[in-house]
Amino acid sequence: MKNLKVLIVDDEPGIRSGIERVLHNFTVGYPFMEDDFGFETTEAGTGEEALEIIESQAVDIILLDNKLPGIQGIDLLEQINKMQIDSLVMMITSYASLDLAVKATNNGAYNFVPKPFTPQELKSAIENITKHLFLRRMTMKMKEEGKQIRFQFLSVLSHELKSPLNAVDGYLRIMQDKQLGDNIDDYMSMIDRSLIRLQGMRNLIMDMLDLTQIESGKKHRKLKLVNIKECIQLAIHSMEPMAIQRNVKVNCNCPEILNIQSDADELEIIFNNLVSNAVKYNKEGGSVFIDITKEDANVIFRVEDTGIGISPEDQLNLFREFTRIKNSKTQDITGSGLGLSIVKKMVELNKGTISLESEADRGSVFTVSIPAGTC
Amino acid sequence: MYKEFNHKEMNKKTVLLVDDDIDYLIQMETRIRNFGFKVIKAEGKEDALMVLKDVKPDLAIMDLMMEAQDSGFVLGYKLKQLYPDVPVAIATSATRETGIKFDIDRRSDRDWIKADVFLQKGIRNDQLHREINKLLKI
Repeated sequence: MKNLKVLIVDDEPGIRSGIERVLHNFTVGYPFMEDDFGFETTEAGTGEEALEIIESQAVDIILLDNKLPGIQGIDLLEQINKMQIDSLVMMITSYASLDLAVKATNNGAYNFVPKPFTPQELKSAIENITKHLFLRRMTMKMKEEGKQIRFQFLSVLSHELKSPLNAVDGYLRIMQDKQLGDNIDDYMSMIDRSLIRLQGMRNLIMDMLDLTQIESGKKHRKLKLVNIKECIQLAIHSMEPMAIQRNVKVNCNCPEILNIQSDADELEIIFNNLVSNAVKYNKEGGSVFIDITKEDANVIFRVEDTGIGISPEDQLNLFREFTRIKNSKTQDITGSGLGLSIVKKMVELNKGTISLESEADRGSVFTVSIPAGTC
Repeated sequence: MYKEFNHKEMNKKTVLLVDDDIDYLIQMETRIRNFGFKVIKAEGKEDALMVLKDVKPDLAIMDLMMEAQDSGFVLGYKLKQLYPDVPVAIATSATRETGIKFDIDRRSDRDWIKADVFLQKGIRNDQLHREINKLLKI
């Protein structure tokens, strides 16, 4: 259980001890919270005393009487507000007037409890304020974490952009120094590596553009009936040169008339990534099997390859941004580490799911299921 | 003739290069070979530990961040346990990229960082040659 600190500011000792008694064994819990909240009270007889306490220690909830001997409750409220502390104020007052209520609310009071109040009234007021405080703190935490993730993303991104630059830079310097002599042929493998790294960088930039468009929500979704066969043929067609080069046979089994309510660009990104991965991470002379079926209200896309496969440890992180499986089998394959994270986002945008079965050295099967929509 | 060549090869000092960036390995290998040393490459900490079972290099140059962010430190430590007299250079662009500074001039740092020198990645050829000669006491 977590304890919230409640500061009671009232000049009547009877009220202070009364509240203390009510809150002593009181706890607040909600189904969405892991912990129940208990309460720990501190008392102040004047506004001045209260200020001292607020300045010296963290307080979560302040119960504030308006009528105080020195500085008035409403003025104290204004000062507390200026301090911008992470606590909520509830006014307790016997002379509740609309005027005061408006002024207090403007000064940042969370709510009001009129005096005299029953223990039950106090409890329900405290319950409300606790929930509000919890939600406010959660929101703030989530905003901060969002910033954190953004920052990590940028630092990984800049690393991923810099590393191909460094690689190409290094090769060019070796050539500039003619470290392997005057014959250009001796530098061919370095030139090839430079081109591979540049291609990787180009892919990364293209993928980044896709990702920014999804993230910013700026990409205007054009939902219409899309013919799956046409869409998948396009993806296969664009991978053809590489498939021929690597002697990978691409087989496709798709009904002629199967439509899905979606955005054609999004489906294309999904197919392109899955088909190109299946070709890229295949073995020389391997095969790709694309199988598309309709099961109930869903269209199921199954892309199977006979490639290098993915180990169980690597599968865990596969759909995360900038995940690239680094090993001797993947070093000459260019990839940004963003493709599958983009595919996952696109699939989710279409209210679908993606799953993977894979075995190292045997191959992988990616299965995407997307609701067909009104077709 | 053959004997003479072999003799010459055998006298060459061996440098173990450890980095998970294959391009950096190829480039460093080219440069260091041109200085007249024998080069053995390893693509990470685990790979390097395998090599070290059979080979005692005259010098090891390793990346700091490989499998984990501190792989270079761990590898340096393990290498010194095996061969306390083999000098270790940690090559990194970490300072440039993260702003974290490592310094092995202070005694307190030298106690836990088992490296003899830090090399900045992107070091010029003549500087690299000089640093290697210094470590090999040539």
